[in-house]
Amino acid sequence: MGKLQLITKGILKENPTFALILGMCPTIGVTSTAINGMGMGVATMAVLILSNMAISLIKNLIPSKVRIPAFIVVIASFVTIIGMLIKAYLPALDASLGVFIPLIVVNCIILGRAEAFASKNGIVDSALDGVGIGLGFTLSLTIIGAVREVLGSGAIFGVTFAADVMPLLFILAPGGFLVLGYLMVVFNKIAKR
Amino acid sequence: MNILSILTSGNISQEVYNAFATGTVSVQEISLIAIVIGAIFVNNVVLSQFLGICPFLGVSSKVNTSLGMGMAVTFVMALASIVTWCLQRYILVPFGIEFMQTIVFILVIAALVQMVEIVLKKVSPALYQALGIFLPLITTNCAVLGVAILMVQKDMDLFTGVIYSVATALGFALALVLFAGIRERLEVEDVPAAFRGVPIALITAGLLAMAFMGFANVVPLP
Repeated sequence: MGKLQLITKGILKENPTFALILGMCPTIGVTSTAINGMGMGVATMAVLILSNMAISLIKNLIPSKVRIPAFIVVIASFVTIIGMLIKAYLPALDASLGVFIPLIVVNCIILGRAEAFASKNGIVDSALDGVGIGLGFTLSLTIIGAVREVLGSGAIFGVTFAADVMPLLFILAPGGFLVLGYLMVVFNKIAKR
Repeated sequence: MNILSILTSGNISQEVYNAFATGTVSVQEISLIAIVIGAIFVNNVVLSQFLGICPFLGVSSKVNTSLGMGMAVTFVMALASIVTWCLQRYILVPFGIEFMQTIVFILVIAALVQMVEIVLKKVSPALYQALGIFLPLITTNCAVLGVAILMVQKDMDLFTGVIYSVATALGFALALVLFAGIRERLEVEDVPAAFRGVPIALITAGLLAMAFMGFANVVPLP
């Protein structure tokens, strides 16, 4: 697989949200605005790239019987670091993402890539894989966030254009499920072509 | 038992209000009622807090398996909340290493799930048979870690925390079983090709979440 392909596969063919259907909790939980979705996507991407690189470096040192707990410790360490950075430099994002930042640990995308890719490939390829899958995740979350923000609060990336006329439902809980469901239908239609 | 008679009565909000007005229920009891009703219905863990959606979408295609998963999650969540609360209170805080929370909690939950599996296999093979396949899945159920972290963030004491975690798990089980019931019917329906599988499940979950929004003002706090 070419280097460029490693990066682009995450966007359509192996899109973590729409094709692989992984990491649903943050996907629905934080995407009430496009900015929140993008912030969550970038934070997850950072953890994914770092943990992929670290695991690819130490893959020969870990006995295969305890590899899953070892992966989890590596991932949890990076999540803690990223969480502290967000708290220090982006307090507003920290407040709106809340409990979902420590919960990046249990995002199945990250453990899935560690097990399926980083534990079998070199450090450069693993980093690129992290970039690709991370980009796909960020893109999906931003799109879902943007759709919900437009439909629910009449704004896009925080710029309001139609205040108080849109149904609030879309930024509440049911809207998250509905928007993701219908976007998945659109994705299925496009991907099948 | 005051609380029990109130919870099983038909009109909970009126009963709570009356009991409080006549002084038969204390403020502590009211807040416990509010926590239980809140965690099961108002802030349902899956349908309004978005935790544990993976097993919600993955496991819930049959009512029986959803019941098993719900039971396993209730069991592990109650245990995990006790252990993580004690760790936070007696190790992390005294030594000033609260930043290790995420790492410690996830390891404890993973170890706990393994231990519960081993102990159940020896002690109660019947229960192990019933829960067996669902136990390993629980490590990656973000509801367990989420509740452990929320308990600490909300500064609950141990008793309230355990009540909260059990009620949350019951809410999870309720959502799972309700959803499985709907999905069993959906399987025989003629769904358009692009909607089949996860998309129609998500849209159904959206409608279910909308129904749960009706619980929003069920517990009035005097």
